[in-house]
Amino acid sequence: MTLVVEGLGISSLVRDVSFTVGKNERVGLIGESGSGKSLTALSIMGLLPDELGATGSVKLNGRELLGAPERELSRLRGNEMSMVFQEPMTALNPSMRVGRQVAEPMSIHGTRRDHKQAAVELLESVGLPSETARAYPHQLSGGQRQRVVLAMALANDPALLICDEPTTALDVTVQALVLELILSGTQWRETSLLFISHDLAVVASVCERVLVMLDGEIVEAGDTLDVLTAPKHEYTQRLLELSV
Amino acid sequence: MQTRTRRNTSVIVGAVLVGLVVLAALVSFFWTPHDPVKVNAAVRLLGPTGDHVFGTDKFGRDVASQIMVGARTTLYVGVVAVGIAAVIGTPLGILAGMSNRWLGEFVMRVNDLVLAFPALLLAIMFGAVYGASTLTAMVAIGIATVPSFARIARSGTLQVMSTEYVLAARSSGRSRPNIALRHVLPNISGLLIVQASVSFAIAVLAEAALSFLGFGTRPPTPSWGRMLQESQELLTVQPRLALVPGIAIALAVLGFNLLGDGLRDRFDPRLAVRK
Repeated sequence: MTLVVEGLGISSLVRDVSFTVGKNERVGLIGESGSGKSLTALSIMGLLPDELGATGSVKLNGRELLGAPERELSRLRGNEMSMVFQEPMTALNPSMRVGRQVAEPMSIHGTRRDHKQAAVELLESVGLPSETARAYPHQLSGGQRQRVVLAMALANDPALLICDEPTTALDVTVQALVLELILSGTQWRETSLLFISHDLAVVASVCERVLVMLDGEIVEAGDTLDVLTAPKHEYTQRLLELSV
Repeated sequence: MQTRTRRNTSVIVGAVLVGLVVLAALVSFFWTPHDPVKVNAAVRLLGPTGDHVFGTDKFGRDVASQIMVGARTTLYVGVVAVGIAAVIGTPLGILAGMSNRWLGEFVMRVNDLVLAFPALLLAIMFGAVYGASTLTAMVAIGIATVPSFARIARSGTLQVMSTEYVLAARSSGRSRPNIALRHVLPNISGLLIVQASVSFAIAVLAEAALSFLGFGTRPPTPSWGRMLQESQELLTVQPRLALVPGIAIALAVLGFNLLGDGLRDRFDPRLAVRK
């Protein structure tokens, strides 16, 4: 799997963004809020709001995603690529049992026969007891919900997983656990990871490469170690100073 | 804790009142104290007695029996009118909330057009064109109630569509019609239930008003609204004849309002956990 983004622009909010994510690679996208990280992620998924149009090119395994028909994108979403959102409190349907929600991606794409059993196994793989399947989202804590969301996103062994600030809403101890689960979940599936965060420490612990985004543009890119030890752009330097 | 008790009380009181109306209507199919439409000059304008619990009207008909049979009309009108409104209004509202701006705006402006038209005027027009009957009253009230369902459904849909779980559902590849059924509808059902109960109460009132004006249920079928109308010339002599159907209408309307209010809190899974 490779994701190639070339010259991506989203009205005036994101300008000329290019990067690639290779097979089994973990790439971080850092920047302050409003810098266009989430829009970039949404445009890859084809989930931009109607009033925002994207230009440029986003290719997954050579297939162009920008401007692809909705039906084709629906087939890819949750199957080839999936996404974990920031806010675990609102990322689950409050009126549907957790097990059914985890089973959804599998039933939509018809990937597994026994959805119920598969959902329970997925929940167990993120460290949640099998009874969780019968719970409603409001009965779970934030960390538990985020693990459910992760289980959902990984249900069909996607080639690409996008995490948009997956640990920002969680407290530090839970953060470490969820990060660990994201790492282990993607590693054995050979899933590539695009990890969006404003937290340098989190990105450093997860990603091999980082992209630094400022005001809709990528201002620095490189291996995590290089960027964090010898930042070239002054914005990256400032970020580092602030996070120490 | 206190608010929870109050909510429970309102469900119970509402359910009892609605239950009474339903019970009266059901029992009236098999048994009424007297024939509700039998005219008997010998027993005109009797006060409440053991035989006639609520007395008799100017034609000697038993008021209690008429109230029981009238409950059928009331429920019938409410169910059909709210049914029409919900079946048409809800999909329209969801469509308007989920589709692009132009289609959504168009649906809502047409909706405003219907909303701007007074419900009673519409019903009177329907009555004048198609003849006054319970059916035309129901259909007219139903059509006039469509906009309120469409608006509630749309605002609820917009709210649900902006949540991350819809984004998550889309990112797992759900199609839009599927999202409407599985994510939007269940999460706006609370709103719709409240709207249904309020609309039910309004429909009951509207039917009474129409029958009072002679555009609703035709004689001799008993209807609470027409009982009120027939009682008005005797208001000074026999206020009981106006009070009985009046109280029946008030209690039924109150019952549906209380029940809807309480049900909303019951159906909301987020409130259910905070015991």
